[in-house]
Amino acid sequence: MRNKILFALAAFAAILLVRNLYVIFFVLGDEAAQGAIWRIFEFHFPAGILGLGGFIIATIFSILYLVRNDLRFDSISAAIIEVSLVFAAIVLATGSIWARIIWGVWWAWDARLTSMLICWLIFAGYLMLRRAIEEPTQRARLSAVVSIFGGIDAIIVYKSIEWYRTQHPGPVLTIRGADSAMPDIWQHTAYWNLLAMTCLAIILVMVRMRQEGVAREIDSLRRLAHSY
Amino acid sequence: MDARNVQYMFYGFTAAWLIVIAYVVLLALREGRLRRELDRVRQMVEKR
Repeated sequence: MRNKILFALAAFAAILLVRNLYVIFFVLGDEAAQGAIWRIFEFHFPAGILGLGGFIIATIFSILYLVRNDLRFDSISAAIIEVSLVFAAIVLATGSIWARIIWGVWWAWDARLTSMLICWLIFAGYLMLRRAIEEPTQRARLSAVVSIFGGIDAIIVYKSIEWYRTQHPGPVLTIRGADSAMPDIWQHTAYWNLLAMTCLAIILVMVRMRQEGVAREIDSLRRLAHSY
Repeated sequence: MDARNVQYMFYGFTAAWLIVIAYVVLLALREGRLRRELDRVRQMVEKR
């Protein structure tokens, strides 16, 4: 059943991604000031939402672990954080390439970019910490605390374009109350791409969670083998 | 329009997909490693 859901989601995501790529390249026009490169936004925005959203959801599961002491919450949190880190890497890479053309530099130390980089580093540290600690409950407790710091930073990243006057563009979507929002068709394409990439993220999290389950089974079998 | 504009747009899309593909390959490799380890530990338990 689980595999059927995975295949159905993968097929839906693939069809939607092909459709979105067609729209992005052949239907949407160039932006008057930016030219063709603005199209990066159509992947930059969904990856940003999935990265930051994933970090915040994972932080909620980390808090649930600290409250309930159930290792399943820790596994869910770890799986979501690893996948979110991939999407956050896409945000940093695509943003940097866009900035090279529009700002003339690969990187600017403004509030949005810096807080995003810090967020990425915190969660990369989270994954390294997990590899360094063998004992499952100690690993879960310490990584949950790191995750909370990262979750707070993820909220700062999201709000930074409203709180600070940054070099990064302000809100461009109507839903975020943008003063000069993008044309509707550009926004709708971004939302369709968000849907496709959300399906991809769900598939990756499901696979990752299954691996966490196998790792837990290996741990318990090892303990059983050594207890004889 | 600057030719680099289109070129860098493709760099952006390529970078995004390369990151996803690299992660999928990593997941697949880890899946294989975990399955082999699970079989090994199961055999170890059965022998005892």
